[in-house]
Amino acid sequence: MKSEALSHIRICDFTGQLAGAGATRWMAAFGAEIIRVEDPVRLGKWDVLRGTSPFVDERRGHEFGGCFNNHNVEKLGITLNLRTDKGKELLAELIAECDAVTENFAAGVLERLGFGYERLREIKPDILYVSNCGFGHAGPYRKYKTWGPIVQACCGLTFTSGLPDMPSAGWGYSYMDHHGGNFMAMAIMAGLIHRSRTGEGQWIDMSCTDAGATMLGPAVLDYTVNGRPLRRDGMPYSNRSQFPAMAPHGIYEADGHDAWLALAARDERDWQAIAGLMGIDDRRFADLAGRLAHEDDLDDSVRAWTSTRDRFEATAELQAAGVPAAGVAKPVDRVDNDPNTEAWGLWPTVTHGEMGRVRVDGIPAHFSETDWVLERGGPLLGQHNRQILGGLLGYSDADLTDLAAEGVI
Amino acid sequence: MAGNDLPGALAGIRVVELAGEASAYAGLLLAGMGAGVIVVEPPGGHHSRGFEPFLDDEAGPERSLWWWHYNASKLGVTLDLDDEADRDRFRSLVGTADVVLESERPGRLADLGIDHDTLRADHPELIWVSLTPFGRTGPRAQEESIDLTVLAAGGPVWSCGYDDHAIPPQRGGGNQGYQTGSVFAVLSAQTALLARDRTGQGQFVDVSLHAAANVTTEFASVQWLVAGEEVQRQTGRHAAVEPTTFTRALSADGIDVNTGFPPRSARDFSAVVEWMESLGLKDQFEEFFFLEMGTRLEEDLHLSQVGQDPEVTAMFGAAREAVRFIAQNITAYDFFIGAQERGLAVGIIYSPEEVLGDPHFQQRGFPVEVEHEDLGRSFTYVGAPYIAPKSPYRVRHRAPHIGEHNSILEALA
Repeated sequence: MKSEALSHIRICDFTGQLAGAGATRWMAAFGAEIIRVEDPVRLGKWDVLRGTSPFVDERRGHEFGGCFNNHNVEKLGITLNLRTDKGKELLAELIAECDAVTENFAAGVLERLGFGYERLREIKPDILYVSNCGFGHAGPYRKYKTWGPIVQACCGLTFTSGLPDMPSAGWGYSYMDHHGGNFMAMAIMAGLIHRSRTGEGQWIDMSCTDAGATMLGPAVLDYTVNGRPLRRDGMPYSNRSQFPAMAPHGIYEADGHDAWLALAARDERDWQAIAGLMGIDDRRFADLAGRLAHEDDLDDSVRAWTSTRDRFEATAELQAAGVPAAGVAKPVDRVDNDPNTEAWGLWPTVTHGEMGRVRVDGIPAHFSETDWVLERGGPLLGQHNRQILGGLLGYSDADLTDLAAEGVI
Repeated sequence: MAGNDLPGALAGIRVVELAGEASAYAGLLLAGMGAGVIVVEPPGGHHSRGFEPFLDDEAGPERSLWWWHYNASKLGVTLDLDDEADRDRFRSLVGTADVVLESERPGRLADLGIDHDTLRADHPELIWVSLTPFGRTGPRAQEESIDLTVLAAGGPVWSCGYDDHAIPPQRGGGNQGYQTGSVFAVLSAQTALLARDRTGQGQFVDVSLHAAANVTTEFASVQWLVAGEEVQRQTGRHAAVEPTTFTRALSADGIDVNTGFPPRSARDFSAVVEWMESLGLKDQFEEFFFLEMGTRLEEDLHLSQVGQDPEVTAMFGAAREAVRFIAQNITAYDFFIGAQERGLAVGIIYSPEEVLGDPHFQQRGFPVEVEHEDLGRSFTYVGAPYIAPKSPYRVRHRAPHIGEHNSILEALA
């Protein structure tokens, strides 16, 4: 069974890692035919995630990367050796059958392989080409290399996370690899919508760093309008809330090892509920201005209540009083013990050709008519050569045997 | 490039958005792609007009920079959804829409008789995107929730913070819980539009902020799903099962940099040696000998040998220290450019406002001027996430005043 939402779309896909593969992952979940093209000589390891941890068991190698499987569910995989003329010929034949070509190589790599935008257009005049790299294909840094943490540093996101007078805590994962992929999916689908209306293809130049910088708008306006930079004494203080101002607003110690509780007062009603529950009676905290002026003391009062309580029991008490609160969830809490993620079906099990049955990230949207389907694991290297080169491009089994012998696939 | 005034990819698509904190960014992105987004507020204005920061720090419904940013490129109308006549106007407005975007508490619109179930029979082609904290039907659907609790309950907070676990884990700044949900709401709207191209049918899409955060944690979820291992937060680097070493240095001008992966190839070592020599730092770096040894490597250093093979360990350690030492002796920007020009992937840790002055963003036309003719001024906003020459993403105009485009409603009557 497949989703019918995007079943009319076929993509020749060179993406990898998460910042690229995440884009076509979304589309594959909604039924688009995503054909991953990989290099048989290097065993597809341009995407290093093919062979890196986590692993389901003791087996290692290019078919066992847990993240690769997660990021490439429901995609097809073929191999083409683009060092060979025949490999290039096959790629051109494939592109002619596709709506879009997608990649997140370093800038210029696809062109050096002989498939820059001009060539793509020769093959298929209305092709949509979406490239995605850290700094894009235009601008002074186009040759620079990045991965998630570099992108996050250069777009301002890293700086926003942390405490005053401390180095940035930053994002403890490649947040912008996720959103690099998501914004790339946005760019691909925008390009496809434009193409379906006008018949026009184009080259969309996506830069992860630019996408990240769109995610900090109010802080930027505070500077461009009011002249107030975020790099200033006492800032950032990211567990507190400046935009909008709220107090209390924080992550507080709870009872237990590395146990924490997030809570906030959105308004005076929330504050009255918190103060009543916690028995806080201090006239300095009577209004928001007072609570902001004495926020350290306010946090101490809140902590005195939270620190002796189980984070989930305290959450339940606060929620019952109508206050936004949540225990800081560890992976086990939210993956295995959260009734809401279970009810959502958020961790579907896919079947991978070597790893077997593995749970993966689901999709955070449910569609009433054409919902996503995640059943098939990431493709083995060249797993769908016969389906695509045979079924779509018309090569016989004997041809494929020859192509393999010649080192083309 | 980004400045061309061709129509956007979603030109001709009308989106009716019920003003909401969580969905505002989704509406902004759809409007940037060219959709005609009409944001519907209560008569006195949506409460997010009361959000800091304010123009010149003076509160006022037309002075919230939060509102300005998230509602740029949209048109604004006011409707009192508690009033039947206005609900009729809302129904008429929905009749002109391709997409409805809303983040109301589950049940509210049904109680008012203006939810998708009620309206779908008359508008089978309508796409309705709902963005709620936990989705519309799960056991936690009625919990109170804000950006902070989305990120705490959804996983991101667990992975962010400091090596010292006596310090609370950190919530990254900038409403990323809301924005992550909004990004998925945009993908949902686009996907449903493409599906409608084929089938002619609209549909309902239920987007969950909590689910969005949960599937946006990179290793934290996958490590648990695949191997049953729990990652631990670390200062400025990926949360990991096993501790990793520093990637942070404080440069000579007091700005932090990310020093990236240490050099591992002969080419990388040669670059560091040449850089140190050109800066005149060679004699101050005691382990320079090991860097020179690295220039003669025939194969790249392998991480598995670090701690096992003494020479590899010494070379690897010297390389890491050398990059940090260079950073400490020059400005952050010179470090960033100097390393990247030599093929070493490092980053400068910019504050959000510093991004606008960087040559990369300048040359790509990222900062855009938005006219506020009402104030007789223009201000610089963040611009486009990508460059699409035939269907540009644009910040089209300032956010609407309260009820500024109510004439749209009159035209429906």
